[in-house]
Amino acid sequence: MVGLTAALRDEDYLFATYREHGYALARGADPGRVMAELFGRTDGLSNGRGGSMHLFDTARRLLGGYGIVGGQIPLATGAAFAIAYKDAPGPDAPAVMCLLGDATTNIGAFHESLNLAALWHLPVVYVIVNNQLGMGTPVEAAAAEPELWKRGCAYRMPGQRVDGNDVVTVRDAARTALDRARGEHQPTLLETVSYRLRGHSVVDAARYRTAEDTERLRREDPLPAFRSHLIASDVLTDEAASQLDAEAGKAVAAAVDFADASPPPDVATLFEHVYATPAASVYRGLPGDPVTGGEPG
Amino acid sequence: MTVISYRQALHDTLRAELQRDENVFLLGEEIGVFEGSYKITAGLLAEFGPRRVRDTPICEEGFTGVAIGAAMMGLRPVVEIMTINFSLLAIDQIVNNAAKLRSLSGGQISVPLVIRTPGGGGQQLSATHSQNLEVWYAHVPGLKVVAPATCADAKGLLAAAIRDDDPVLVLENLALYNTKGEVPDGEHVAEIGRAAVLKPGRDVTIVGYSRAAVIALDVARHLEDGGISAEVIDLRSLRPLDRDTVCASVRKTSRAVIVEDDWLSYGTGAEIAATIAEGAFDYLDAPVRRVAAAEVPLPYAKPLELAALPDAGAITRAIRETLGGH
Repeated sequence: MVGLTAALRDEDYLFATYREHGYALARGADPGRVMAELFGRTDGLSNGRGGSMHLFDTARRLLGGYGIVGGQIPLATGAAFAIAYKDAPGPDAPAVMCLLGDATTNIGAFHESLNLAALWHLPVVYVIVNNQLGMGTPVEAAAAEPELWKRGCAYRMPGQRVDGNDVVTVRDAARTALDRARGEHQPTLLETVSYRLRGHSVVDAARYRTAEDTERLRREDPLPAFRSHLIASDVLTDEAASQLDAEAGKAVAAAVDFADASPPPDVATLFEHVYATPAASVYRGLPGDPVTGGEPG
Repeated sequence: MTVISYRQALHDTLRAELQRDENVFLLGEEIGVFEGSYKITAGLLAEFGPRRVRDTPICEEGFTGVAIGAAMMGLRPVVEIMTINFSLLAIDQIVNNAAKLRSLSGGQISVPLVIRTPGGGGQQLSATHSQNLEVWYAHVPGLKVVAPATCADAKGLLAAAIRDDDPVLVLENLALYNTKGEVPDGEHVAEIGRAAVLKPGRDVTIVGYSRAAVIALDVARHLEDGGISAEVIDLRSLRPLDRDTVCASVRKTSRAVIVEDDWLSYGTGAEIAATIAEGAFDYLDAPVRRVAAAEVPLPYAKPLELAALPDAGAITRAIRETLGGH
């Protein structure tokens, strides 16, 4: 996540999956507004309409988290279409990054999008965040070609598999792919291989793996590994790293306080944000109904 | 006013909108080199080039999603889905993305998308190519669904859809492409969400849309000779739905027959009947009647196909029954 977002420029667009919270923060979204959205409050990024799976911040060109697996892939392809429609390629042109999970490479929308992006020379980088599990199903049990980056070969799309636990390698690979997108309007399929240390969601006890597996994988966790690397390379001191941890903790606490203080949405706003031009619909007499204005019809 | 075909009205409107706004572009299967399965886009590739008139591979989910993504970026894509039957391949993109992005983003994102697609049977194309699935989309908040029955509306509603900031599905009909009618010259943009009274009347209200409205009007004109004064309402828009115009008419006539090309159960007619029950119940002198397609996958053989689709005879019988043996 850090490597990928470090490669993005402000003018680039990002489409994410439902596991987009860190990406939203890395793009510069206000942590308080992110937390308020998770709490379903008025000051949330989407005024409490989207929730955890749907974080949008258009000012930072974060064009969504998406709750339907792979739903974002054709959209990201379309955003790249719009860039190519408006402007020629060049070193300063914007590009699109589209995140997706390993299991998503089995759906039709993935393949249709890759075909269109390659056929039409669109400035998009598809990034498979391969954590080796689609909920509880290992990649090998779901994909007939488990080296997922190779799926781009069917569309003559440049691709690469990199160690997703190596933040510098990820950043460099993403930068190369983004440069290809902006400079040549050519798409890339980048696969970053890592692992999911926690369950898929709150209801997942992760019974599909042993405690020993988890312990072994925890030792490969890129967060402590990179911290140790930076300290060993004299880039960071142990003290400075602890300071960063403390600041992050404070930022989280402040975000929680902000979200707690934000009021829940007024039910009178129920019909807001459904249409650009209010559309008469039902005789329900609900508050804010564009037909009756809240009066029984 | 000029008399042109429904097909020509759609074509001329697409051309005018492409000329008017650089952000408008067309996308779909066989719309360019082949000039469209039903030739609505004839000549447009030659005039505007492949940037504005984009042929796609067969991949409805992919190219519809691409259009939604382009709309999120401020372009105004007009997608042609060859028939509404094929829109099922794209339904996740339409229902989960186009309809919901404004809401999910708390109003940050607009999707000024148009999907043009014809429905309708009667062409011996059999069950998979003859469906009327517009109610699937009319069910979904966040979408708009318009259904022009007249040539004037083919122009006015398509222009309105292209200029609208919400996603609009424009339902065309295979049986209407060759019909002719008067179309206003110059700029003509209809209001989305307003029904039209095609013919005023006193005795009974007939409600229809698309091809059904055209047949209903024809039936009403014939009944006029027999002394029955029927009022014909063309819904023009299924979402938003102009319930006021329907209820006002039924309060006047006290009787209603609904004509629809889709299947009866859970169809558009069910919604209209419920609307009448809610908005004009005290005025009714007879049960509301519905004339709809037979609940079968539409067969290929001509006699079976004809028997399954609503026609003037079925509408006339329903009206006479409603009037109590007039």
